[in-house]
Amino acid sequence: MKFSLGPSLFFWPKNDVEAYYQQALDSKADIIYLGETVCSKRRELRAKDWINLAKELASNSDKQIVLSTMALLESPAEIQTMRRLCGNGELLIEANDLSAVQMMHELNLPFVAGPAINCYNIATLKVLLRQGMSRWVMPVEVSGDWLKTLLQQAEEEKIRNQFECEVFSWGYMPLAYSARCFTARSEDRPKDDCKYCCIKYPEGRKMNSREGERVFILNGIQTMSGYQYNLVNEVPEMANMGVDIARISADNEKAFTMLDRFGNQLVNPEKYPLDGVEECNGYWHKIAGMSVA
Amino acid sequence: MELLCPAGNLPALKTAIDNGADAVYIGMKDDTNARHFAGLNFNDGKLAKGADYVHEHGKKLHVAINTFAHPDGEERWRKAVDNAVAIGTDALIIADLGVLDYAATKYPDVERHVSVQASTTNLEAIKFFKNNFDVERVVLPRVLSVQQVRQLAKTSPVKLEVFAFGSLCIMSEGRCYLSSYMTGESPNTAGACSPAKYVRWQETDKGLESRLNNVLIDRYQSDENAGYPTLCKGRFEVDNNVYHALEEPTSLNTLELIPELVKMGIASVKIEGRQRSPAYVEQVAKTWRMALDRFAENPDAYDVEQAWMNTLSNLSEGSQTTLGAYHRKWQ
Repeated sequence: MKFSLGPSLFFWPKNDVEAYYQQALDSKADIIYLGETVCSKRRELRAKDWINLAKELASNSDKQIVLSTMALLESPAEIQTMRRLCGNGELLIEANDLSAVQMMHELNLPFVAGPAINCYNIATLKVLLRQGMSRWVMPVEVSGDWLKTLLQQAEEEKIRNQFECEVFSWGYMPLAYSARCFTARSEDRPKDDCKYCCIKYPEGRKMNSREGERVFILNGIQTMSGYQYNLVNEVPEMANMGVDIARISADNEKAFTMLDRFGNQLVNPEKYPLDGVEECNGYWHKIAGMSVA
Repeated sequence: MELLCPAGNLPALKTAIDNGADAVYIGMKDDTNARHFAGLNFNDGKLAKGADYVHEHGKKLHVAINTFAHPDGEERWRKAVDNAVAIGTDALIIADLGVLDYAATKYPDVERHVSVQASTTNLEAIKFFKNNFDVERVVLPRVLSVQQVRQLAKTSPVKLEVFAFGSLCIMSEGRCYLSSYMTGESPNTAGACSPAKYVRWQETDKGLESRLNNVLIDRYQSDENAGYPTLCKGRFEVDNNVYHALEEPTSLNTLELIPELVKMGIASVKIEGRQRSPAYVEQVAKTWRMALDRFAENPDAYDVEQAWMNTLSNLSEGSQTTLGAYHRKWQ
């Protein structure tokens, strides 16, 4: 089983991004995803900067470098940017919208179907395989049992060897995308006058209930889980059922430590009690996502 | 431009047809549709009766099979397609790629519409559905501005349907897991958002509280109207500021966009609300029929009547309406 560093979902200054990925080269990640997946107005790095950064990382390491693309694309300009990423000529692409799947199919190139693509069953896996999918990242709300059944079906249908399976295993989960920017709204601004304010919140803005319970994280047009998903105790189970890759979502604090910890679970499995006010694992266990099983 | 109305049961379906709908959309009595609520929707017998009523009146029937198939029950989704075709549906509304593949292969002659739950917001994604499943129509999520809809309408290889009125979903539909994060059930997997069985109301010293799976969604003072605790429409706290952090309780209303939508060549305007009563369907269908007819008679003189707005506001969440994402300022 391998481990990946997911794309940073937050808006960080260009220097911070570059420094972060230099650090990532020394991490335990086998695969590094990078690119803007949330909002096209975030232009600290433009498409060509992401491509250059990714190519530089690829040339300096044995890690697989993957360019991630946006989930919600609404304008021809956004499609243009994505076309540039898809046609980079070298690096694997993570498609987070069917528009990227369409483009990669036209280019006759393999792609990763990212967590924002709705693939819940074997019939859909087959459709995506026909398009050229080489790796499938399951939607975050899918449970362990659901995945197990699906992977067994893929074995029975003799297609399991045609794709890798990746599971979003640690970090704030992307849960929803909107036309509205909730970070701008939190500063009482319309999106068209957002002043790129999400750069002030490198870990998003916390949204609590009126009883102080953490509910969600506001991250521009994206709404994230209030708690960090943590499947560290499920690593052996994932490995057993044939999950190929566990994804650690990029963040400023813990991602690199988590890459170490997750990797160790394959060698010396340990039980880590979860912190119920910061962490959750409900989705995997078929209960409310924010719960701890 | 077609007026497409919702029906959660046979009386609502008849009411929609009797009050001017050109087409009605319905769903099966199980988790294959995104309005899977207790006491709602159509079993096989009712489905056939509904189809007969619609067709006797020369109107169209669309059947929504728009959740995502579970790995241990894919045949349920295929059977829903088979049943809908058997009773002579005019169109299948589908979100799941696997289910679309099945429908396109087995019933190539039955019209396929891409459900709003498939989150199709741009030309390349539309091409994906056209190329792979030869779909006739795409229902656009409620995340595009009028300008973006206009741009798409100019270039789309298939017809477009847009939401015109009803409860406002503010996320790109089909890509919102907020409900399963809080309750374990989402529109994609269980066919319901903020399901009623998780709702709890409680009078407290601080006011009337609404909860979803025990999470406090809102708290109302005696002079405030309490609304259903849809989780994206509650009041939350961000850095000590309590407000509707995602959205207010409000409904979409686009009566004023009719001239624009007709000019763009939009094929159909969709009314939300399969979970609502026949009385709701009657009022909304009647009002929208009047507005569309008024525009058709004399496009240049079209003006939204205050009485129409009042009727629709009274049927709306929080008695208020918005243009939602169509209007950039909302975003």
